[in-house]
Amino acid sequence: MTFLGIDYQTWWFLLIGAVFTGYIILDGFDLGAGALHLFFVKEQSRRIVLNAIGPVWDGNEVWIVIGGGALFAGFPVVYATMLSAFYVPFMLFLLGIIFRAISIEFRSKEPMFWWRRMWDICYTCSSALIAFLLGLILGNVIEGINVGPDHVFHGSFLDFFNMYAILMGITTLALLMMHGAIYLVMKTEDRLYAKLTILVRDTTIFFVIMILLTSFYTLLYEPHMAKVIRSFPELFVIPVMMVLAIANITRQITKRKYIYAFVSSAVTISLLMILVAIELYPNMLLSSQSPANHLTIYNSSSSEKTLGIMLTFAAIGVPLVVGYTTFVFMTFKGKVKLDEMSY
Amino acid sequence: MNVEILARVQFAFTIAFHYIYPPLSIGLGLIMVIMEAMYLRTGKKLYEQMTKFFVRIFALIFGIGVATGIVMEFEFGTNWAVYSKYVGDVFGSALAAEGIFAFALESGFLGVLLFGWNKVRPWVHFLATLMVTVGSMFSAVWIVVANSWQQTPAGFHIVGTGLNARAQITDFWAMVFNPSSVQRLTHVWLGAFLSGAFLVLSISAYYLVKRRHLEFSKAAFKISLVVATVCSLLQLVAGHESAKVVAEYQPAKLAALEGHYPKDSVADMYLFGYVDQNKQQVKGVAIPGGLSFLTKGDFKKPVTGLNNFKPEDRPKAVNFVFQTYHLMVACGMLMIGLSLLGCYLWWRGKLFEQRWLMRIFAFSVLLPQIANQVGWYSAEVGRQPWVVYGLLRTSKALSQAVTAGEIVFSLILFSWVYLVLFVLFIYILNKKIKHGPYDEENLDHSPRHIEMVDALS
Repeated sequence: MTFLGIDYQTWWFLLIGAVFTGYIILDGFDLGAGALHLFFVKEQSRRIVLNAIGPVWDGNEVWIVIGGGALFAGFPVVYATMLSAFYVPFMLFLLGIIFRAISIEFRSKEPMFWWRRMWDICYTCSSALIAFLLGLILGNVIEGINVGPDHVFHGSFLDFFNMYAILMGITTLALLMMHGAIYLVMKTEDRLYAKLTILVRDTTIFFVIMILLTSFYTLLYEPHMAKVIRSFPELFVIPVMMVLAIANITRQITKRKYIYAFVSSAVTISLLMILVAIELYPNMLLSSQSPANHLTIYNSSSSEKTLGIMLTFAAIGVPLVVGYTTFVFMTFKGKVKLDEMSY
Repeated sequence: MNVEILARVQFAFTIAFHYIYPPLSIGLGLIMVIMEAMYLRTGKKLYEQMTKFFVRIFALIFGIGVATGIVMEFEFGTNWAVYSKYVGDVFGSALAAEGIFAFALESGFLGVLLFGWNKVRPWVHFLATLMVTVGSMFSAVWIVVANSWQQTPAGFHIVGTGLNARAQITDFWAMVFNPSSVQRLTHVWLGAFLSGAFLVLSISAYYLVKRRHLEFSKAAFKISLVVATVCSLLQLVAGHESAKVVAEYQPAKLAALEGHYPKDSVADMYLFGYVDQNKQQVKGVAIPGGLSFLTKGDFKKPVTGLNNFKPEDRPKAVNFVFQTYHLMVACGMLMIGLSLLGCYLWWRGKLFEQRWLMRIFAFSVLLPQIANQVGWYSAEVGRQPWVVYGLLRTSKALSQAVTAGEIVFSLILFSWVYLVLFVLFIYILNKKIKHGPYDEENLDHSPRHIEMVDALS
């Protein structure tokens, strides 16, 4: 069945892509802020940066829950194959999610130095681990994994820790650190603000180096990721836009217009995801064994009936979620002020 | 050990741990809504203080609930890939609906609930508290719908065969309102309200025993006593309705609940007992024909026994199902007894004079927790060997790509993390309770407490 001339499977491909992009943009900045946490030395600074994400981090995590549910409902075969294949990385990812949540929750509950130091380290490590694993998983999805004709993974978990995936993991970490630093600089003032302007600069340099490395590596060793663009040259506008968006981040940073820099880094994330989506479509998970074993949106989707019902749900639900997310962000706009209910 | 046992142990362990928290946050949410509503109506500082105190405890519980809940969402795919492919159409859509309609609502407004006190107007804050509670109740709706569908599947047809067989929705609303959804949801909701009510009762009773925060704890005690009484009585009806559905749609489970083996014969209802699975009989104290009466309305009517089923189609751990079920019922009865006794003494104007009763109430928080846990065990173990009742066996639902070593790795990982988490949870909860409500003129603060409050603010 089709809606507006596009079939349901494609709509779901777009929708799930959009949800995961939303996740990386939103949870991305608080994961990045977490990965940077140990760079702040004073107790007061750490509390401010923690409270900068305090009211929103939990709401940001909703997007991965929706994404997981949508993948389960829309493409159960991909959900099942991918999660059982990526067993070890996903267990580490879940461990990261747990430790991050409880670090934020427990840190403020005791005044002792060792207690707070312990949760600070836990918070930074788990945030960085999640960011890295997101990239690692994306890298493996791009490269393809050892899926047989039975749609079951036949490799070992060590396969996931290959050169390209690790490079992708570090790039993602760098991207989110930059994204988080830009968010934090908007929420802080005085000396902490001054410190963050330096962190924004450094993380941006780190990201630019990593994205260049990853791009060259992709073009050299993963040529299938440029196939679609080569056959449709007009799509070349997307990588060009991405370069412009990254350039705009640096431009806005030098002008100290951090809100525009933040928008640009969100646009960069979106364009990166669009680029991956264009090259993958209509595949969801590539098989390194044979193209015949690829999981496509057609051989791995739910029934059209479920896709239709869920599309209605999305049409009602997504505007609602966007609505109250906006309300929460508007409520807490402006610089962070600590009070009795703060972490 | 084989992969099936390991995967089942891991799933049972992670879900049992998760299931401590959501019922508490749903129940506590309801009580916070009542308290904040009373604050808005009366404008009394006491109710504001009360809401703020319980919001802090709520935040702790909610945080752990979310963290352990995300694990559950992905564990279907990691450990039960065949199952996930089989039920994706149905179970996946309920899970996705939970994410978009319920979880997003509660987590979105949680920020306002926790940090919005000075940012939004009081009624907007109240609205946020309400949305968080309603959101968590909606979460329960979709999760229970998904689980109920596994117990009493409806509104679908099967496509394909063998490992490629999949359930596909034919009628969405028939899937949602499958034969057991409504009864099980009511049962779970009431269990959750009781968890919250007894937590508040227990904390207030503890203060009353210690003679601290007297005005605060008396008011909180009364609010939660009302909730506890209403819900524990309603639970009696809801539990019975649930059992009737089990009798009709899962007769093997019903027979296991009472350890009833003989084919189509009059069944007793045990108050307590022990199932000798080898001799296929139960030793204990029973009401003759009780089960026949409760399920068929007649002491003489026969009930399907376990021997009506092929050995491979009935639950193996009959004694376990029997004991957990009876423990749940016993906890329910104790809750009814305690709440009614509390109400009677309240009516007589002697409620807070009975220190022994307050001591009992201080420990009563365990009752709904035990009832929720064991009730869940008997429901889930009782439907074995099926993961989707009558359709898909648990042993067939496993991930084929996952090795025993990987499950052992994650099992050790989670046992260790959850143990640490639980110890920390109890430690922090205890500290928050000992600390008591925040109040500038609170004479209960020891110098160390005051120092700590200063350090934190």
